[in-house]
Amino acid sequence: MLTKRIIPCLDIKNGRTVKGIRFENIRDAGDPVALAAEYARQGADELVFLDITATNEERKTFAQLVRDIARHIDIPFTVGGGIAAISDVEVLLHEGADKVSINSAAIKEPQLVYDLAKRFGSQCITVAIDTKFTAAGWKVFSRAGTVETEHYTLDWAKQITDLGAGEILLTSMSHDGTKDGFALDITGDVSRGVSIPVIASGGAGKMDHFADVFNQANADAALAASIFHFGEVPIPDLKAYLANQQLPIRLCY
Amino acid sequence: MSVVIIDYKGGNVQSVKFALERLGVEATLTADAETIRAADKIIFPGEGEASSAMQELRARGLDKVIPELTQPFLGICLGIQLLCRHSEENDTEMLDIIPVNVKKFQHHLKVPHMGWNNLYNLQGALFEGVKEQDYVYFVHSYYLPVCEYTIATAAYPEPFSAAVQYKNFYAMQFHTEKSGPTGTRIIQNFLSL
Repeated sequence: MLTKRIIPCLDIKNGRTVKGIRFENIRDAGDPVALAAEYARQGADELVFLDITATNEERKTFAQLVRDIARHIDIPFTVGGGIAAISDVEVLLHEGADKVSINSAAIKEPQLVYDLAKRFGSQCITVAIDTKFTAAGWKVFSRAGTVETEHYTLDWAKQITDLGAGEILLTSMSHDGTKDGFALDITGDVSRGVSIPVIASGGAGKMDHFADVFNQANADAALAASIFHFGEVPIPDLKAYLANQQLPIRLCY
Repeated sequence: MSVVIIDYKGGNVQSVKFALERLGVEATLTADAETIRAADKIIFPGEGEASSAMQELRARGLDKVIPELTQPFLGICLGIQLLCRHSEENDTEMLDIIPVNVKKFQHHLKVPHMGWNNLYNLQGALFEGVKEQDYVYFVHSYYLPVCEYTIATAAYPEPFSAAVQYKNFYAMQFHTEKSGPTGTRIIQNFLSL
């Protein structure tokens, strides 16, 4: 049976992980490859690496890092952050990334989603949506969540699906960092409203939250960062818990 | 042992090369007919859309080379579909090595079928050391039905061919190179054929 995916997300700046990560058995907690290997060993189903660097020089470092990750890691990984053109995607896939995630560039030029899917195949094009609950309802935000767009979240999700996106990474800015649980309503609406897989993101604080987003919101995968990085929710415990809740989960030991 | 990965701008050649490197095998990426014919083992990865992949193969004359190969051959992901007769993806004529037609998933579940799923009905040397229900990583929207050449199945929700064998042509629908220790074991088994 196809399993629900658990996905740790690592923020990368100038080739190193940031935001602080505590793993007792890793000597250098800033080394993305060592961390990725540790997450793979713990049973992560996929990994996401988000490039939060700003300069072109740092972007080259990121491409080298992607190659290094691909060389050492035997589970799939997605890379995102600042991808704006076909040539960016070409470089990252060439270095060994399995999927790329695009966000603001898709809002600026939706045709890019179509072009990327046609060129590289839908399976490697993830569109990230940052969404926030506003007085007008769930709206899409761009530029790292700083600019409110004209798009309503469910409509935008359907639009990018029609353009050929292979997957949606849906982050609720209203929930991100709260540790109060995922946005069950909008995640459910999007997941039931489109025909492609949806990754829920933002708000994970404890193991129940993952069960809720899979059971109540029909998410295909769930992504989190700090609760994994600081060992608040160890991945092996989480997966054992979810399997106990009768959810389809890959247990690998 | 010389291992060749067929490079035709058809996808994740780098990941496959790295997977082999982790096993201590230095593979050659090439589209050159002579190099391919001379190899001991051939790996044929693939990603993306069927008709453009066929176009790339034809542009390099590989549509004539591949069917005549006699050494152990491993197709991965789109690589399994390209070996078939025909695909419903843009009504494409494929390499026509394995007499099977590729279908599109038509059901209420999400497409692409993306993520880790169980293997069943494992047959043959490629799955030595792999257990029934072990997980591997799939990403695909089209599939091979279960047929007489099936050597492993998976279900989404109906059973389909997760792997097939036809003479020296072995092929996996899942990403063998991204399927953790299970995938690594299958690649190892292929190299030992």
